[in-house]
Amino acid sequence: MPATLNRTPDAQVAITLDGVHKWYGAFHVLNDINLTVHAGERIVVCGPSGSGKSTMIRCINALEQHQQGHIVVDGVELTNDVRTVDRIRRNVGMVFQQFNLFPHLTVLDNLTLAPVWVQKRPKAEAVQTAMKYLERVNIPEQAGKYPGQLSGGQQQRVAIARALCMKPQIMLFDEPTSALDPEMIKEVLDVMIELAEGGMTMICVTHEMGFARTVANQMVFMDGGAIVEKAPPETFFTAPKSDRTQQFLSQILTH
Amino acid sequence: MARHPESPDEIYAREEEPDEGWRRPPPVEGASLRAVVGEWSRKNLFSSIPNTILTVLCAWLLWETLLPLTQWGLLDAVWQTDDSAVCRAAEHGACWAFIANKYRFILFGLFPYDEQWRPLVAIALFVAALAVSCVPSFWRPWLVVLWLGVMVACGVLMWGGVFGLRFVENGRWGGLPLTLILAVVGIVCSFPLAIALALGRRSNLPAVRAICVGFIEFVRGVPLISVLFMASVMFPLFLPEGFTIDKLLRAQVGIILFTAAYLAEAVRGGLQAVPRGQSEAADALGLSYWRKTGLVILPQALKTSIPAIVNQFISMFKDTSLVIIIGLFDLLSTAKAALSDPPWRPFYVEAYLFAALIYWIFCFFMSRYSQFIERRFETGHRRS
Repeated sequence: MPATLNRTPDAQVAITLDGVHKWYGAFHVLNDINLTVHAGERIVVCGPSGSGKSTMIRCINALEQHQQGHIVVDGVELTNDVRTVDRIRRNVGMVFQQFNLFPHLTVLDNLTLAPVWVQKRPKAEAVQTAMKYLERVNIPEQAGKYPGQLSGGQQQRVAIARALCMKPQIMLFDEPTSALDPEMIKEVLDVMIELAEGGMTMICVTHEMGFARTVANQMVFMDGGAIVEKAPPETFFTAPKSDRTQQFLSQILTH
Repeated sequence: MARHPESPDEIYAREEEPDEGWRRPPPVEGASLRAVVGEWSRKNLFSSIPNTILTVLCAWLLWETLLPLTQWGLLDAVWQTDDSAVCRAAEHGACWAFIANKYRFILFGLFPYDEQWRPLVAIALFVAALAVSCVPSFWRPWLVVLWLGVMVACGVLMWGGVFGLRFVENGRWGGLPLTLILAVVGIVCSFPLAIALALGRRSNLPAVRAICVGFIEFVRGVPLISVLFMASVMFPLFLPEGFTIDKLLRAQVGIILFTAAYLAEAVRGGLQAVPRGQSEAADALGLSYWRKTGLVILPQALKTSIPAIVNQFISMFKDTSLVIIIGLFDLLSTAKAALSDPPWRPFYVEAYLFAALIYWIFCFFMSRYSQFIERRFETGHRRS
């Protein structure tokens, strides 16, 4: 865990996106994205589907390549060089909508795979760390099972623990609760809230507005590949500036 | 997998067992065997008029085929004689005496008669090593060492020339050892090659991809016979004067390359079935390409392609019999050659049945083993 419990927004800069553009063929997925994330900040990104939210956070750990602009993570500029990509990925944990656990490995092996092979930590130490994080996500008793034997909520909690085992400075969440049944959403959000309270730097794409209100320092609203509005949650939910944001919020908050 | 104490989460974890109990009628107290059989056959054999017709038809067919077959194969068969005239006299019975007389030639071919314990021991070693390799918990590095040891031992036994063993050139190898060598070495060598080809075909590097696609498409476009023929007849023409490569080795390489091309496509199918998210998750954790491939992608890809892979191995095992066209005497060829002994010429059915039985035992084993392995690596429903 990062020791930076300093939550002042003026802390050290963790991520900078500077004039980032990306195209899929002629389709402009990301249009001049500028975003600065400080250490310890929790950013919640929302917006209609196809607005480029996922693409944006996937650019941060190079799962997608941006074509123009600069992305700097923890002082390292993301380039095509494998070494910088590796360095950034070691610092950035990611949780996916579809969990993406490795189905052929037990929960424990899912958690120790990268620490052992990427960080070269001794197996015993990796197991110890893994059990610690499994306890933190409240499922230590599932360590010996395979992902296919767990519920969606449990799988997602394992996925969060797997990312944490790499001791990342930054966590990216790509719609972590969208594939879950309603009753399982809470158990995952609880883990994420706890993580936020621990001071983790987080960028979270989600439609869970209650969660956003609780943990976010900063709301980001995207539409058509561009950031339309950036504001602290208090102003974002009560007095959104742009019409598009208002419209979006009225759509999702009426339910 | 390890069992854990029941917890509320077990509700999710428990796999649903199909409960077929409701299909079975409740057991009747004191029902006689006769009544049970009667009940069963009424239900399963004579439940309707078409069903009854089919039952009668099948019974008639079985009667018409099995009865003469038993008569021929067991009751009227000649089991032991050195005189083929006895067999010829028993017109309507099988001549298993032919096998009894010729089995050593069929199994070991032209290998010197007094030395045939050597291929026998080699086969035993081979089969023992295979049996050990079949146990997944033995899949450790020492298995490779074991196999190297077995290969060396088999080489020494087959060739000889050391430890006071008479040298036997590999032109005299034949029968079952030859078939097993071609098949097992073929499997062991073509498998990694196929994985490399399948990965290469999906590579981002254009040159690698082009080579792999070119190789696979070329080899898949020609029959095995022509590959063997080229290896045996054409290939030496391109070699410099006085430089030869052993015929067996050439055939072996031909079989390996041929199988690898087909196998590569089976493996590629498995690779494509692995969801993209798996690769992304491995990337996000910082695994390098080779670690990602070896630890995450391939284990899943190979698991899904087990049926196709084993299919290929079974087909290749039987295709080794094609080496007859370049003058190597595998099991089928020796069975055929055993028939060239004039007194025993009429008993080709027995010869081919014997060879077929041996092929069938190996192929059936492979098929069952693949089912076992599939179940062994079943890790619950894939939800992600």
